[in-house]
Amino acid sequence: MNLSLEPITLEPPRLVLEKPLLEAHKLNIYYGKLHVVADVSLELYRAEVLGVVGESGSGKSTLLRLLNLQEDVDSGDYHLAIEGYKANNLFALDRFAKREVQTRHIGIVYQSPHLGLRMHASSSGNVAERLIIAGERRYSALREAAKSSLAASEFPLERMDDLPRKLSGGMQQRVQLAKAIALKPELLLLDEPTTGLDVSVQALVLDTLKRLQRELGIAMIIVSHDLGVIRTLADRIMVMRHGQVVELGLADQVLEDPQHPYTQQLVHAKL
Amino acid sequence: MTLLKLENFSKSFYIHHLNRSIPAFDALSVSIEAGSFVLVSGPNGVGKSTLLRCLFRSYKPTSGKAIYDSAYGPIDLANAADIDMVKLRREEIGFVTQFLRARPRVSAVELVAEVLLGSLEYSAAIKKAELALEAFGLKEELWQAYPSTFSGGEQQKVNLARALLAPRRLLLLDEPTASLDKHARGTLVHRLSELKDQGVTMIGVFHHPEDVEELIDSTLLLSPLSQEEERSLAHALG
Repeated sequence: MNLSLEPITLEPPRLVLEKPLLEAHKLNIYYGKLHVVADVSLELYRAEVLGVVGESGSGKSTLLRLLNLQEDVDSGDYHLAIEGYKANNLFALDRFAKREVQTRHIGIVYQSPHLGLRMHASSSGNVAERLIIAGERRYSALREAAKSSLAASEFPLERMDDLPRKLSGGMQQRVQLAKAIALKPELLLLDEPTTGLDVSVQALVLDTLKRLQRELGIAMIIVSHDLGVIRTLADRIMVMRHGQVVELGLADQVLEDPQHPYTQQLVHAKL
Repeated sequence: MTLLKLENFSKSFYIHHLNRSIPAFDALSVSIEAGSFVLVSGPNGVGKSTLLRCLFRSYKPTSGKAIYDSAYGPIDLANAADIDMVKLRREEIGFVTQFLRARPRVSAVELVAEVLLGSLEYSAAIKKAELALEAFGLKEELWQAYPSTFSGGEQQKVNLARALLAPRRLLLLDEPTASLDKHARGTLVHRLSELKDQGVTMIGVFHHPEDVEELIDSTLLLSPLSQEEERSLAHALG
């Protein structure tokens, strides 16, 4: 009998030869003495969905803000394989270039529509804003693009000129989603996108996300505390605790055969 | 030609809150020929399904190797990168269970057709999916319905149609015949024999192996660890 067990460590990819879309290496951020994101490294391939789970305060949302270039990092580098920026550490760009990358290549959907939308501008106007920042000025082109983006996120078009505050929670999330995908980004970041929606609306939003991922090949990182949501969407799962990645693996493996004590606790606590 | 070669392939589960390790199977070494149908047998709880899940990497193997001869060359399934496993699952290795994972607002026929969308147009994929559902005897009025409300048997038919439609080089079958009616069981066995004729390698766990008797080329018998083996293994694993 073989008792000298060699523990398994994963090799680098050998079948998939394309470079990852996203490569982040040893990201660190401190809020005072608090190490909010601690040595986090990750890779994401095109059309891949990575789920991020962990308790409140584990650094999930901060990580998303870092990847959206909204916040400065204390150390680490971040690369996206996108035209014009392939060789750059995105954290080292000036703020104009950061804004350009953020607008054209990254979309984000927040849990709270108030963070992602202007409540006093129409829904179509919210979506068109992205296109205006990117340089589109013709009214008809803006209107058409806003319309097709809203349609892609399955928003009822007869309400496209309503103010977001007059819409239901599910519809507000669709406006955020339409805004996020208006410029066909390579990377979509989702921070608890279905939290607070009732289950039937949640199912519709998940279905829309799945379709967008399949049809447009957008890579997604979705943060959620809901393991069911993560299971429905994610190819891989990253588990965070106290700012660190404690486990990273194929979605079914992390949920069915969790290795880390915290992941085991998390999975067993699921209803 | 060997398609899969296991070398000291082992799995145990470490349960942190019990602070102990539960061994499943240990130091399995075997070669599986391309195109063969291998029955995994042994008493309940010996780790038959666990073995299949470790090969698919739903479970993380503890040690050893599983060298699989992929279309791109040999690769060790035990420690292949996750993204390589995603690729293999999409293109070469299928897992067939009796359980369907329904998704909200996706109809039965769409769920089946989905596995073909990479290689076929939408309408052609739907057509093939309908034929598969018909073959398994799922009532036509259910094709457009959402499977989450189906009976166990109906869900299983959808799942089998889906799992056996996409072309695969290796199929892992985890009790696919359990709880099927006679007609559907006949369709399943017929489909498996078609796939075998096409050269697909299959490794399966069957509650009633007599269902697939004429397909079996070899049997991999898993025997329970002796109490002494289990104790020393648990000790070695900490």
